[in-house]
Amino acid sequence: MSQRLVDLVKSRFPQGVLESHDFRGDDTVVVRREDYLEVVRFLKDSPGTAMDFFVDLTCVDWPERKPRFDVVLHLKSFGSGERLRVKTGVPEDDCTCPSLTGLWPAANWFEREAYDMYGVRFSGHPDLRRILLYEEFEGHPLRKDYPKEKRQPLVPMRDDAPPQPPPFPERPH
Amino acid sequence: MEEYREEELTLPAEPMLLHMGPSHPAMHGTVRCVVKLDGETVVGSDVQIGYLHRGFEKECEWGTWTQVFPYTDRLNYASPLLNNIGYALAVEKLLGLQVPARCQYIRVILGELARICDHSVCSAAMAMELGAFTVFLYLVKAREWIFDILEEVTGARVTHAFCRIGGLRWDLPENFADRVRSVLPKSLEAIHECEQLLLRNRIFMDRTMGVGTITPERALAWGWTGPCLRSTGVAYDVRKAHPYLVYEDLDFDIPVGSQGDNYDRFVCRLEEIRQSARIVMQALDKLPDGPIAVPDDTGILLPQKLETYTTIERTIQHFKIIMEGIQVPPGEVYSYSEAANGELGFYLVSNGSGKPWKCRVRPPCFANVQALSELTRGRLLPDIIPTFGSINMIGGECDR
Repeated sequence: MSQRLVDLVKSRFPQGVLESHDFRGDDTVVVRREDYLEVVRFLKDSPGTAMDFFVDLTCVDWPERKPRFDVVLHLKSFGSGERLRVKTGVPEDDCTCPSLTGLWPAANWFEREAYDMYGVRFSGHPDLRRILLYEEFEGHPLRKDYPKEKRQPLVPMRDDAPPQPPPFPERPH
Repeated sequence: MEEYREEELTLPAEPMLLHMGPSHPAMHGTVRCVVKLDGETVVGSDVQIGYLHRGFEKECEWGTWTQVFPYTDRLNYASPLLNNIGYALAVEKLLGLQVPARCQYIRVILGELARICDHSVCSAAMAMELGAFTVFLYLVKAREWIFDILEEVTGARVTHAFCRIGGLRWDLPENFADRVRSVLPKSLEAIHECEQLLLRNRIFMDRTMGVGTITPERALAWGWTGPCLRSTGVAYDVRKAHPYLVYEDLDFDIPVGSQGDNYDRFVCRLEEIRQSARIVMQALDKLPDGPIAVPDDTGILLPQKLETYTTIERTIQHFKIIMEGIQVPPGEVYSYSEAANGELGFYLVSNGSGKPWKCRVRPPCFANVQALSELTRGRLLPDIIPTFGSINMIGGECDR
């Protein structure tokens, strides 16, 4: 459907595009992390592409793979109605990715959620806090190695309050 | 009488931090606004969500593809059927599956009825928070009549879990069309009555007109979709822009606003209710006969009970679907549909096992609520109430 866009990105960033595929009409380009921000900026601002609408941003965890995480971005052009998926790999030991908050304000919360759930740090994000979970939460729950039944430590009421014993004995998991 | 000079009367004051919610009647129990106030003027605010986070995506990864349906009911719990349909369409896209025409029509009818319910209850809540309690009761009653129909069809008032991958749970009851044809005008009449009560009401107009205004450019930059975006004048509706199911064959209009304020959002929703009713009536007239699901032998739907108990092939098929789940080919899709709040997207990743590797929801109101802080900056504290109400944040969908 949007093979045209994939070709445009490929010709503009011959080194940057690692892979592209089309599955059930969804076009995807996989780009190097170093070129991710520039590719997205190109897609947004160049008149030939005009992917001006930020649809969604999330991550996928592949524990067996290197790099471990995918940052998955969905874009849409309001003029032409075309859609494109941009993916970039983020390794576990350097879990950072450029932030898109400079391009769209909408990216703010979506990146905060991705950080909250996967621990990917978005460099250049103005306010990278947890969003759905609380500050004291330990770990990033959508990582595949986070056990579903894992219990979280009890958060003390105040900073100066002594830590409380857990209400139930820890279950083995 | 002693005279005071103007500057002596103003008290020097630090900006005050006020925590609005989560236990605040107008915050629907699911969100907190930390508001920085200078007098009654909002200088800044931090909207904190997550109070209804239930680990939707994590849960999805632990069950089969079919077992996600009950969870989707609890996303936007004001219009569960639209989430059911959105998810079913996403998995069907991943499977490369097309459901029969009757199923598509039924999905459209039920989806639009759900949209009417959602818009009614959103408008009702917003009006009530501005003091219009009668309107709340009228609109909730109008919704209740439709809920009765949905209950008759699906067996549940709210948590329907009615869609299946490749079809529906069961067919419509016999008197369904007549019931809808008699109930829908009654609901529309109640909605019309509410319009007469509110739209020229001085208090309502003062509280909503010119309040919570956003330009189309900013709305797009924030990723807005749905009635909120259309209230700014952008006629974007997934049902028209990227038609799915049978929306192409049905005649309806996209109502748009011009100011992008609370009043326009309210009016847009009420007008959309009428358009949805139009769609339902047309779809009822065109409703074809035929199967409501893909054939049994595709291995996607559970076989009929009688066959399951009498033939070995169907017993095995039943067992495999229950125990291993539907076999979905590896790949990834992003599928989107027009839910009550805007573009509801499902990004699904399959690794070829019977469980979703990743089931991401793009919640429309997550993007909408994000702009709340910008909409209320520089306004009065009471302006947060109608603005928050007209954005229609649904905690289940926003926090997942």
